Amino acid sequence: MTSISLLQPRFQKLKTLRAMAIGLAISFAVPAFADNLPEVQRLIKQGQYPQALEKVDAYLSSRPKDAQGRFLKGLIYTEMNKPADAISVFTKLSEDYPELPEPYNNLAVLYAQQKQYDKARTALEMAIRTHPSYAIAYENLGDVYAKLASQAYDKALQLDNSNSTTQNKLALIRDLITTSGKGNVKPQPAPVAAAPVVPAAPVAAAVAKPAVAAVAPTATIVTSTPGAASASPASKPTAIAAAPAPAAAVATPAPAAAPTPAPAKAIAGSEDVVKAMNAWADAWSRKDMRAYLGAYAHEFNTPKGMSRKAWEQEREQRIAGKGGKISVSFDTPQVTINGDKATAKFRQHYKATGLSSSTTKTLVFVRAGSKWLIKEENAR
Amino acid sequence: MKLGRKLVLSGLAVALAAGAAARLKDKPATTPVTINELSAIALARTTPDASSQRSSLPLIVSDSGPEEALTRIFAEIEGNRLSNALQLTENLLRQHPNYRLAHLIKGDLLLARKQPINTFGALNDAPADKVADLRAEAIARLAAYREKPPADFVPRYLLQMQPDQRFAIVVDTKRSRLYLYENDLKNGGQPRFVADYYVTQGKLGAEKLAEGDKKTPVGVYHVTANLPRQKLADLYGNGAFPLNYPNEWDKRQGRGGSGIWLHGTPSDTFARPPRASDGCVVLTNQDLDVVAKNLQVGLTPVIISNSVEWLSLDDWAKERSELNNSIDSWRADWESRDTERYLTHYSKRFKAGEQDFAEFSAQKKQVNAGKEWIKLKIDNLSVFRNPGKEEVVVVTFDQDYRSNNLNNQMKKRQYWLREGDQWKIIYEGSA
Repeated sequence: MTSISLLQPRFQKLKTLRAMAIGLAISFAVPAFADNLPEVQRLIKQGQYPQALEKVDAYLSSRPKDAQGRFLKGLIYTEMNKPADAISVFTKLSEDYPELPEPYNNLAVLYAQQKQYDKARTALEMAIRTHPSYAIAYENLGDVYAKLASQAYDKALQLDNSNSTTQNKLALIRDLITTSGKGNVKPQPAPVAAAPVVPAAPVAAAVAKPAVAAVAPTATIVTSTPGAASASPASKPTAIAAAPAPAAAVATPAPAAAPTPAPAKAIAGSEDVVKAMNAWADAWSRKDMRAYLGAYAHEFNTPKGMSRKAWEQEREQRIAGKGGKISVSFDTPQVTINGDKATAKFRQHYKATGLSSSTTKTLVFVRAGSKWLIKEENAR
Repeated sequence: MKLGRKLVLSGLAVALAAGAAARLKDKPATTPVTINELSAIALARTTPDASSQRSSLPLIVSDSGPEEALTRIFAEIEGNRLSNALQLTENLLRQHPNYRLAHLIKGDLLLARKQPINTFGALNDAPADKVADLRAEAIARLAAYREKPPADFVPRYLLQMQPDQRFAIVVDTKRSRLYLYENDLKNGGQPRFVADYYVTQGKLGAEKLAEGDKKTPVGVYHVTANLPRQKLADLYGNGAFPLNYPNEWDKRQGRGGSGIWLHGTPSDTFARPPRASDGCVVLTNQDLDVVAKNLQVGLTPVIISNSVEWLSLDDWAKERSELNNSIDSWRADWESRDTERYLTHYSKRFKAGEQDFAEFSAQKKQVNAGKEWIKLKIDNLSVFRNPGKEEVVVVTFDQDYRSNNLNNQMKKRQYWLREGDQWKIIYEGSA
């Protein structure tokens, strides 16, 4: 995999930032790394936005054109719930650096928040035009298309969407900014010439089984899991990359990680949890679907309220149905156990053909007899 | 990915083609489509070129409607050029912002970017009736665009217009189409095709029989008034033109109901589904505005048919002269005061008001006995064939009757019925 120089793992510490924003920040291009910026990032991480804003303004006073600083400023405004200011920052940034996909993408997120899906669409299409392999933009664009489709259907069929649908829309929007995290920036070489502006259609298998769509929470939305990172448009259907997890907000292309996780310490019984995690990661890597799915509790919270069956099918498709090798490993987890419930926080490293990512993940286990089974899986 | 998109594509086109298949076979639109039907459509789609060669396009066609845009959009979809299709759809929506059919296509094209879709109106839980309505509209419009009225053929109904009738309207309910014809006086009053428009008919189709049956009447009518927008509820759109339903023939057949109008479309939608009114013939507002310019209150004929029968100009001329001869022979026989000959022009089933054939004959014999001479002049003759199985023709003229003891001018309407190889009068009265 060829890494583009833009994709330095610079913001690994920014875990608290919203998934979308992190993903964006990561691939950001900065000509020079200024001392003040890590401080700004630290403040953002701690939620001290006014202070972060002060710092970044100070930083920008001497370098008003600096893309990185301005980008962070946009993020801060976003976090401070000042969408107009954030939009203004990202708009100017995209004008000054039209080759960068991230400002467009963030603009799209902000527009989508305001239900201005047409603007969101335009921005995302720009992002993809500048970066044909920009997975997050594809994901978001898919969501925006779905919203636009939904609006068109409302108009076509005069649907009364006063209450329920509105709520669904809000849910989706929350999704866009927070949990959906989406794939990562895929540092693939840009595909040859005519990269279409439209995003990749869902995985081939989904074509054969359109019924999957029926389980999505609303008719108008999404069949794919939140974690789907689309492949470059040029790739074959089978090569479409599956995301490592339902909601992977990825920080960096994974450096080769230690394949065997270190055992967790301190807490009694945590070895069993780690054992369960190892078995889970192994099954995933071996594409042993039986063992992999067996690692999940019956009451596992499927993403986006999918049915268990649909979720299993999707995982099957994304794991067993995937060409090439998959490797899943994780760094030393932090395990806390509370009665029959255990929580493991860790950094997951996922590698597959055309995609590698590292994700901060939380697995919530429940005890079932002598085993720990996964009840929740969250990437943040 | 390419594969996925392609499948998506054929999904859309298929869904429409399916409708077309159902329509061609006269089945309800909900009939499931088999592969055979689909390939039949695919084959059928290649042939229209050949047939349109035979009947070359008329000089003037109405391309102001969305038919051309829809045709291009579906061609792009079939050609798997979804981005073009979406762009064209968005252009169409800029032109007609509340065009529901275009919104539906847009929804499908956008959704196809997100997930594979395999039907027209792919939204889950989409109200099936509304999708079916929009699909029916699409099919009607596409078919009408493909199959323009043949140039050397005219609707059989327009046998003769009176000189001051500048235009005539012919409606085909099965095809959801209204045809506007001009009375081409320079060409001996031959009907000349001007334009055609998409229309909505009654929810339950045509051949109205009774009050509240939600059907559109079939017959020969004319507009009786012009109701401007300001006097109308929004439902009627830009204007309304009441028709004289039920006419003499309808009453004689015991048909009931009233308030059949030609009117526009409410402001919340560009068009209504093919079957949606309570019996009225509904045009889009833009089409109504154009058609309205050509409507003459009390004059313009509006002939509503289930399915327009077309005659070649030769056959049309033949039928016209046959009827003109019958009418003139009736006139001459009346002038001749040979009452028996005169009465041969009347059907035994003749009935006018309370008078049947026997009473009518007795009266005529008595009246004619007192005549030394009769002069009868016919002016402003119009002859329109009544659509339907029965061979009925509606004849209207200004009658100038002079005799030794009585002069009378009136506008008369007669219904002539073919009995064997003869046209006979089955009703007459003042118009």
